[in-house]
Amino acid sequence: MALSKKYELKMGPATRESFGKALADVARKNPDVVVCDADLSKSTNTHFFAKEFPERFIQCGIAESNMVAVGSGLAAAGKIPFVSSFSAFVINKGFEQLRVTAAYPNVNLKVVGTHSGISIGEDGPSQMSIEDLSLACNLPGFTVLAPCDDVSMTAAIHMTAEHVGPVFVRAGRSKAAHVYEPGAEFRIGGSTELLPGTDVAIFANGLLVAEALRAAEILDAAGISARVIDLYSIKPIDRAAIERASIECRAIVVAEEHLKDTGIGSRVAQVTTETTPCVMEFVGVDNTYAESGTPEAVVEKYGLLAKDIVTAVHKVLARKK
Amino acid sequence: MTKTSNPAELAAISKTVRRHILEMITAAKSGHPGGSLSATELVVTLFFDIMKHDPANPKWADRDRFILGKGHACPVLYSVMAECGYTPVDKLNTFRQLGSIYQGHPDVRFIPALEASTGSLGEGLSVALGMALAARFNGSPSRTFVVLGDGEIQEGQIWEAAMFGAFHKLDNVVAIVDWNKIQLDGFVKDIMPLDPLVDKWASFGWHVINIDGHDIEAVQKAFHEAETVKGKPTVILANTIKGKGVSFMENNPKWHGSAPSKDELALALKELA
Repeated sequence: MALSKKYELKMGPATRESFGKALADVARKNPDVVVCDADLSKSTNTHFFAKEFPERFIQCGIAESNMVAVGSGLAAAGKIPFVSSFSAFVINKGFEQLRVTAAYPNVNLKVVGTHSGISIGEDGPSQMSIEDLSLACNLPGFTVLAPCDDVSMTAAIHMTAEHVGPVFVRAGRSKAAHVYEPGAEFRIGGSTELLPGTDVAIFANGLLVAEALRAAEILDAAGISARVIDLYSIKPIDRAAIERASIECRAIVVAEEHLKDTGIGSRVAQVTTETTPCVMEFVGVDNTYAESGTPEAVVEKYGLLAKDIVTAVHKVLARKK
Repeated sequence: MTKTSNPAELAAISKTVRRHILEMITAAKSGHPGGSLSATELVVTLFFDIMKHDPANPKWADRDRFILGKGHACPVLYSVMAECGYTPVDKLNTFRQLGSIYQGHPDVRFIPALEASTGSLGEGLSVALGMALAARFNGSPSRTFVVLGDGEIQEGQIWEAAMFGAFHKLDNVVAIVDWNKIQLDGFVKDIMPLDPLVDKWASFGWHVINIDGHDIEAVQKAFHEAETVKGKPTVILANTIKGKGVSFMENNPKWHGSAPSKDELALALKELA
């Protein structure tokens, strides 16, 4: 059996770099776009914007709580502010402000957290955001997006600017494999079936999308047909795709660079239990903080590779009736 | 609404507002009278004299904006906005009831003319600075006023915002500290002292004006002075009395967050006749 499509997964830019470039592009089209950063613009890549639009770049210093609430004030007064920092800092230090000044009054604030997950590697757990998607989903009215590569991140930033309402976008530090061809289409609340399959459905986002595609190849060689779905829109979530996978494959694995306890796995499981339940397994960070190391070594030690997805698939298929 | 710069008329409006505050908190059987009464002259003078705003056109782009950082003092804001004509006066006594527009803390979902939902202390100043930045970007003459509690400025975010406002030279923002010296658990000096408060704000790069926050002419003068200050934001440290206007409430921490009984209301209203 051969896979219907072969993904080459050539390495591309980190999604933080795609974010930075897309942000400058969005700003060229919309003069209301302004950007706040907390002394990390060289890392978040808002420096592309800052260089081209210095008068619209607001340096906030190392003060994320203030930055988020300043952003809310800008949004309430009609601007389209993008506030950006490491995901661990903007979501954790800014959470109270995201809750009271952004979500509660439902202002048009855009939040981009870079350096998400454990694949930042060397900097270690204080900088590793493994709870950001869960926290962002706990902000009523927020749209939450976690794109996996250059094409999808670029599309996400354009969608974010056009969408009226608060949005959180998750970006990564390390280089991301090309998954999509230019021109691919995305929508808030959507997902993409990257590979068809009937034995098991693998839902993934961010860096785990490429791992899921690699896993599907390994599984294919073992005669297992795996459907791979990029769940780039965490909230709203593509309920129809999840229910369809549950009905047609009757086994689901969710893979994410996030705490298993509260990540998209639990959101997918909520949809299956509300619609058509099926057996499920989860790949993610398991009730722990990671450690310093090369990104490759860290994701291997903490179980976020294709082989870990393959193991989860075998487990879930053993339980499938 | 009819605006006025006449201190006697502003004092009369303040008395009406104090009566509303006490009546609505009594009806609700909960709320925060002390800090509402201490901020009364400040909020009345802003809405009836200083701010450019139009209750018939609350989303006018170039309006001046007001944020109540100390959201728990919302009875004063609701009463003033109602007297301005934004919301119904005859519904003030639905305060804190299910479905009322007069929520326990200011909520823009229920009163769209509010500029911000507040209640979690320390955030209003940052939001005000964001609005002031937006006004600058838009070339708008709009100014933003934010009333902070003295207990509220124990929050670290206030000082992040103070640095930010000075660095970005946001001279279209005026923060007013309702410096009534009392917070929920007792006197500020015993909980987490703020002194030297004038020096603190000055060292953060703000223009500081220190006044009696119940002296309407002093309050007016301070706002006019703030308008002339360029290149830095202004903070007005308004020395006030918690519970001002009701003898048995004045300067007593008990009245931070408890409602008067009907008998106590009657006594209070007699003093505010």
